Amino acid sequence: MNYQKHQLANGLEILAECNPQAYTSAFGFFVRTGSRDETAEIGGVSHFLEHMVFKGTPNRSAAQVNLELDEMGSSSNARTSEESTIYHSLVLPEFQTQMVELMSDIMRPSLRTEDFETEKKVIIEEIKMYDDQPPYGGYEKIMNEFFGSHPVGQSVLGTVDTVGALTPDQMMAYFQQQYSPSNICLAASGNIDFEKLVADVDRCCGGWESFEQKRVKPKAEYRSGFVTLHKPQSSQQYILQLAPGSSSEDELRYASSIMTSILGDDSGSRLYWEFLDSGIAESAGMGSYDYQGCGSIMTYICCAPDQAQANMERLKKLQQTIAAEGITQKELDLAKRKIASHIVLASERTNTRMFSIGSQWLCEQKFKTVAEIAQIYESMTLAQVNEAIAAYPLEENMTVVVGPNQDLVPA
Amino acid sequence: MQEKIFHHTYENGLTLVAQPMPWLESAAFSIAVPAGFRYDPADKLGLANLVCEMVQRGSGNLNSRDWVEALDMLGVDYNSSVSLYNTNFGGAMQAAQLNDALSIYADVIRRPSLLDSQLEDGRMVCFQEVAALEDDLSQRAILKLRRNYYGEIDGRYGEGDMESVAKLSMEDVQNHFQQYYRPNGMVIACAGKIDFESLKQHVGELFGDWQAKDVAAVENSGAKHGYEHIHHDSEQTHIAIAYPGLKYSDPDYYLNRGAVGVLSGGMSSRLFTEVREKRGLCYTVFASCHTLIDNAAVICYSGTSSERSQETLDVIIEQLQQLADGIQEDELRRLKVQIRSGMIMQQESCRSRASSIAGDWFHLGRVRLLDEVNEKINALTVDSINQYLKENPPANFDVVTLGPKPLDFKV
Repeated sequence: MNYQKHQLANGLEILAECNPQAYTSAFGFFVRTGSRDETAEIGGVSHFLEHMVFKGTPNRSAAQVNLELDEMGSSSNARTSEESTIYHSLVLPEFQTQMVELMSDIMRPSLRTEDFETEKKVIIEEIKMYDDQPPYGGYEKIMNEFFGSHPVGQSVLGTVDTVGALTPDQMMAYFQQQYSPSNICLAASGNIDFEKLVADVDRCCGGWESFEQKRVKPKAEYRSGFVTLHKPQSSQQYILQLAPGSSSEDELRYASSIMTSILGDDSGSRLYWEFLDSGIAESAGMGSYDYQGCGSIMTYICCAPDQAQANMERLKKLQQTIAAEGITQKELDLAKRKIASHIVLASERTNTRMFSIGSQWLCEQKFKTVAEIAQIYESMTLAQVNEAIAAYPLEENMTVVVGPNQDLVPA
Repeated sequence: MQEKIFHHTYENGLTLVAQPMPWLESAAFSIAVPAGFRYDPADKLGLANLVCEMVQRGSGNLNSRDWVEALDMLGVDYNSSVSLYNTNFGGAMQAAQLNDALSIYADVIRRPSLLDSQLEDGRMVCFQEVAALEDDLSQRAILKLRRNYYGEIDGRYGEGDMESVAKLSMEDVQNHFQQYYRPNGMVIACAGKIDFESLKQHVGELFGDWQAKDVAAVENSGAKHGYEHIHHDSEQTHIAIAYPGLKYSDPDYYLNRGAVGVLSGGMSSRLFTEVREKRGLCYTVFASCHTLIDNAAVICYSGTSSERSQETLDVIIEQLQQLADGIQEDELRRLKVQIRSGMIMQQESCRSRASSIAGDWFHLGRVRLLDEVNEKINALTVDSINQYLKENPPANFDVVTLGPKPLDFKV
């Protein structure tokens, strides 16, 4: 495994972990832009733009882009989050140059009006699809309530209204403000010819004009409270909680992620024994979400509507116990074994490695190898995890309950 | 890439099948016990699912909590599921732990405690699974379609319903376990960094002395063809369509697989292009091959906002019917690259290889080597697929829709 990097004159960074033994090659353009970088008026533009990137360039029609992706037998997709937009592809190594040329080209999209209007309909269908799926808008609601006016709380998809009102000009203005090469990296992993990669990327992207781009990172004023979202057509009740968590710069983030594994993993965790083993909930879990300058810990429970109140009381009690007593050495040892095994399994997937490299770049972190990350988790002490528990109390949180039960009150 | 498959059938009818993947550090197993929900009596639906839950609540010398801890200590990422034919247990981990993990599962499969004290918790977990399905609208439409298309046994839902699960007793659990958990017809598939000879010996020690059991055959009946609408006040209408396909063991399987690939193989496939890209009717649309031992279907799905759902249904049906007019050379060329890439990408994951070779063994009594599949794919021609489509044009569609109002569909 050989880690290499190179920066083009215009600022675009190329990062790769080259493994000549790998059967595949993965590539991803990581753009440091997402819903947190939008104004309210253009809510959902990052995600809509992600779709439009596949709709053609001066050199290719939308249909041609799709044809070429399939002709390489690639597994390609894109995703948008609060602070990133990622375009990624997994192919056989023989397609390296062809894929880099195609991906580079689509990163400068035409945004043709006709394509824009058709794709707008697809996005609106996507929004409606999520409206029909649990937790029925609960995620957007709690992000907004918890982060308040902080931009991380803005919806990734936007609404039928904001997306419906967007114009190609507004999208182009956003593109020209965010897609500077200095705000983009190309991450690659697997069977990569790095020298050729640099030459190809330089040829295809070297002409992109660089401009200044700066993310606003206001201090987060986390909010607590209790909100009910009434959904009579839902058969289950969904309980979501957000509490303050570590940011992507925070040294405590590894301890915090062990903490959420011990408390909220899908097997053997505190939540598992409290809610899942006895079947008083359909699902229960916890995860930490770190962003630049802020972060959150989400707890999620889905259960029968008439059990929701009792389950919220149980959750509260569990949180109090954790705050008072911390976790045990045995729990830490088990979590480390699980994480070590997970790291080995994940490291064998070329795609996963590419995402790891790109995600570290997104957060402006110094690159760490698989072995270095494994070592950090292995060296974690009980005191460090208990420090994270003290730093991020779960009791002080924003709770959103979604479903048919209208009588729920804060625990 | 050198691919080797080893297999051994023990005297009691249990088969071990394995693929060494020496380039990995991990290993995975996929165990199929021939105790699926097809054996559930009509008034005890959900029984196989409850038994699957109960055998994982203590076995051998381990109580329920020790069992989870033992797997966590080995770093096993484990799961279980019940299908029509089998109860499946799977896990992935660092290769050195494979034998110990299999020892734990030998207890689960042969020596579960089946304690009265665990029954109500186990039942609650099963209730939750029934409830979860209620809120999964796309899945509900597809399951209802399968129920209609395949009939009462072959198309049933394994989770049962609230009433049937409520009535299940400990005696039912014991009976199902005694009758159907058996070595004859059981498959243990392993893939990853393994040594077959020592694995064969270990599995022989764990299961070799288990006696085979005779099981009476189950007769399927009650297929219902045509159109059915399920009323639900949702944003989108969920459309599920089935028509006759070819089972996996059919010599012509890849002809149909090829035709379905043209419909729904990638971003340039016909359904994606016509329904989503050109008309913007939906976010999700797909067709896939679904196979049983002695029956098969092509199943299509799309979710679309209700006012546009009639058009979506009409366009999909039109595309299915047009398939009979034949496919083009370039479509087949793209499909071949995609299938080949997909097979090579699978070699990065011992988990997907283990489950894939278990499936092959179950359906064929042998494993198709990648070279063999490659040969079959390369042998496909436009003429051979078009001849197949001419003789077997997509027709006799069964349709289920779920949404605010029924659509116009003439059988």
